[in-house]
Amino acid sequence: MEEVQKKKFTGGIHPKDNKELSSGSAIQNAPLFEKYHVILCQHIGAPPKLVVKTGDTVKKGQMIAEPGGFVSAPVHSPTSGTIGKIFDVPGPSGVNQEAVEIIADGQDEWGSGLDPIPDWQNTAPEVLKERIAKAGIVGMGGAAFPTHVKLSPPPAKKIDTLILNGAECEPYLTADHRLMLERPEAILEGASIMARVLGIKNVYIGIESNKPDAIAGLNAKSEPYKVNVVTLKVRYPQGGEKQLIYAVTGRKVPQGMLPMDAGCVVQNVGTAAAIYDAVTQGRPLVERVTTVTGEPVVNPGNWLVRIGTPIADVIRLAGGVSRTPGKVILGGPMMGFAQKSLEVPVMKNTSGILLLDQVDTVQFTSQPCIRCGKCIDNCPMDLLCGTISCFIENEKFDKAEELHVMDCLECGACAYDCPAHRPLVQHVRRAKAEIRARKAKQNPK
Amino acid sequence: MSEATNNEIRMPNPEKLIVSSSPHIHSKSQEIWKIMLWVILSLLPAAVAGVWFFGLPALEVILLCVIFSVMIEMAWCMIEGKPVFGTIKDLSAVVTGMLLAFNLSAGVPWWICLIGAFLAIGLGKQIFGGLGSNPFNPALVARVGLLIAFPKIMTTWVPTRQMIAEAPTYSDFISRADMVAIRAGKLDAVTCATPLGFAKNAVTPQLVGRTPLEAGMEKFYAVDGQDGLWNLFIGNVGGCLGETSALALLIGGILLISLKLIKWQVPLAFIGTVAVFTCIVNMVSPTTTPDALFHVLSGGLFLGAFFMATDMVTSPMTTKGAVIFGIGCGLITCLIRVWGGYPEGVSFSILIMNALVPLIDRFAKKIPFGYKALEKGEAI
Repeated sequence: MEEVQKKKFTGGIHPKDNKELSSGSAIQNAPLFEKYHVILCQHIGAPPKLVVKTGDTVKKGQMIAEPGGFVSAPVHSPTSGTIGKIFDVPGPSGVNQEAVEIIADGQDEWGSGLDPIPDWQNTAPEVLKERIAKAGIVGMGGAAFPTHVKLSPPPAKKIDTLILNGAECEPYLTADHRLMLERPEAILEGASIMARVLGIKNVYIGIESNKPDAIAGLNAKSEPYKVNVVTLKVRYPQGGEKQLIYAVTGRKVPQGMLPMDAGCVVQNVGTAAAIYDAVTQGRPLVERVTTVTGEPVVNPGNWLVRIGTPIADVIRLAGGVSRTPGKVILGGPMMGFAQKSLEVPVMKNTSGILLLDQVDTVQFTSQPCIRCGKCIDNCPMDLLCGTISCFIENEKFDKAEELHVMDCLECGACAYDCPAHRPLVQHVRRAKAEIRARKAKQNPK
Repeated sequence: MSEATNNEIRMPNPEKLIVSSSPHIHSKSQEIWKIMLWVILSLLPAAVAGVWFFGLPALEVILLCVIFSVMIEMAWCMIEGKPVFGTIKDLSAVVTGMLLAFNLSAGVPWWICLIGAFLAIGLGKQIFGGLGSNPFNPALVARVGLLIAFPKIMTTWVPTRQMIAEAPTYSDFISRADMVAIRAGKLDAVTCATPLGFAKNAVTPQLVGRTPLEAGMEKFYAVDGQDGLWNLFIGNVGGCLGETSALALLIGGILLISLKLIKWQVPLAFIGTVAVFTCIVNMVSPTTTPDALFHVLSGGLFLGAFFMATDMVTSPMTTKGAVIFGIGCGLITCLIRVWGGYPEGVSFSILIMNALVPLIDRFAKKIPFGYKALEKGEAI
């Protein structure tokens, strides 16, 4: 059933999306590479514990690190082979992270130890949730929060709605778009599995109207799954969790609270497809669709790559570059992370590898705020971004906190339009870190 | 993967990769100098109208004000030890210079332009730390400063070229002595009254049973039939060289609104308040003040409403605040025009509201997303 969004958030921006670079190319399977570097901690939460050692042989899908707690997720081998070094590799955040080297044996033989559950409709929700946890599934849209935790709301919270996030509001990225086009049943069935785990009936999938083919495709298949396809206005950050819930249900997540406080659980469409694979195929999360795009890329497109593939190998799949790029970004241009090393491996939440031209990566000098108010008009959270930034510049963090700096989602809609090129998002990040540090000092646990 | 294909494929050079915080893309249209350039372009119709009506002296005043403003900005930066060409590149000094000229009569001597530019750039802007830090609109600081220091020069207006050409028709605005001068060809010394000044003083021959205002307004509208209002609209009246043509200012204002560089709510609130207020006063007591349309089209209202009250630096940041600001400007303008000592109140009203901006900003905050839901207890 097709629906139109109930509400529109105020603010937001509409940058040129440049999705046509890669939206037309179907998902291609990346070939088997010789080596993979799987970073151990790929999620928010407790770091997992290594369960293999150098020289061990592993099968594809075999667990190589077990969860380090409830809010944690296991990590699995992306192919069959031998465990090589256990060493530090450059991580997406610029900090080195512990990783396991897997030397492929070329057989690519499955051995996850997880049996398919084809009859999931008649399987206990607890069993399904355990399977999602064991498959190492985390939020694949970007935050990488362990999915089974999101599917375990406290009993006091009455969840009635599951929303799949197919907005893909970041410019350039098309991985979710292609996935919705090519695997609509997997996404819809994954959604139904999550609905069973949560014990709810209302399932929505929100998609921006610039993907009419994906909307039509999912709509045609959605009937048996009882999923409502909601067409969303193209407006960044439409895919922000709170903005999406507001658009689809008309509910506002109260300040400082979580989606479950508005009765909602939001999951990325890629996560839904991964849940389908984990439950019906017994396959843990060892690969994902990622977009390799940007003007300098020779053949932009979408690839199904194994977690742990160094991004250099993925860029090579896309034919490399035609000219020297100024930036390599993991994720989208608005919220992604710029990389210095091409050795950074693909993570569970790597939705795209974006290369920007040098002319598009001019570094600006920050000028004084001219109080034009563009940032305030753009802010999807209705914050006084410019004022906050001036306070932070003068190290008045308490004032910034009074103006609700902690509610900022760092979408960058303010900085995108700032005529004075003020580093508004950096200011906010700094203030958040300072305020958290002060709080930690005041209440040491 | 074979070595051969590896060598053929060109890869990014990690040495040349920039690592910086998100967002990684920036709107290409949003630059301070681009905003200022659009403001300059939108001021051009009014500048052309000024030159059309007041002749080459108007052009001279505009050019002098712009040149002096830019020079004083450079000199100030030099004295402060900042890069001399650092801040003039943002074109804000050019905008200030133009607005200053728009607030002067076409007949002012060159040194008024120089002192005005110093008051605007120096005392209006740079002394507070430059663009972005000034609490008051620099051009208005200069106008009011000059008005206090040189009241005679600042309240002496020259008639438009058309008024001189058809001098007898405009005899209410042009004094008898000046009529003599016009006939003698001594145009330098000719002065005239602004419509607001005319209405305020109503220096018209007393007619039986009529108040001076009624008689004056009747005369005003009787100039060339109903052309009085039309003259007001196109700017064929005495006044500051850039403020008389409501038509030209409207064109520029609409350009700025369509580019989303100013909020349409501000001019609407400002002009709307003046219209409503004067309409009510005029209805209650027609002898106190002229009708609303006269008030809306005369004086510096359009210049103030579209170009001064919308100044980003000195007006509130939220739309809610900007509307309060506009209404406040309108009210103060009316109070001064109707009951105050000056015929015109737009400059003072904007400056007074400028001073209230921090207060307005404080109370006209937006409620962040989810806060109302928190208060209403919508949480489950």
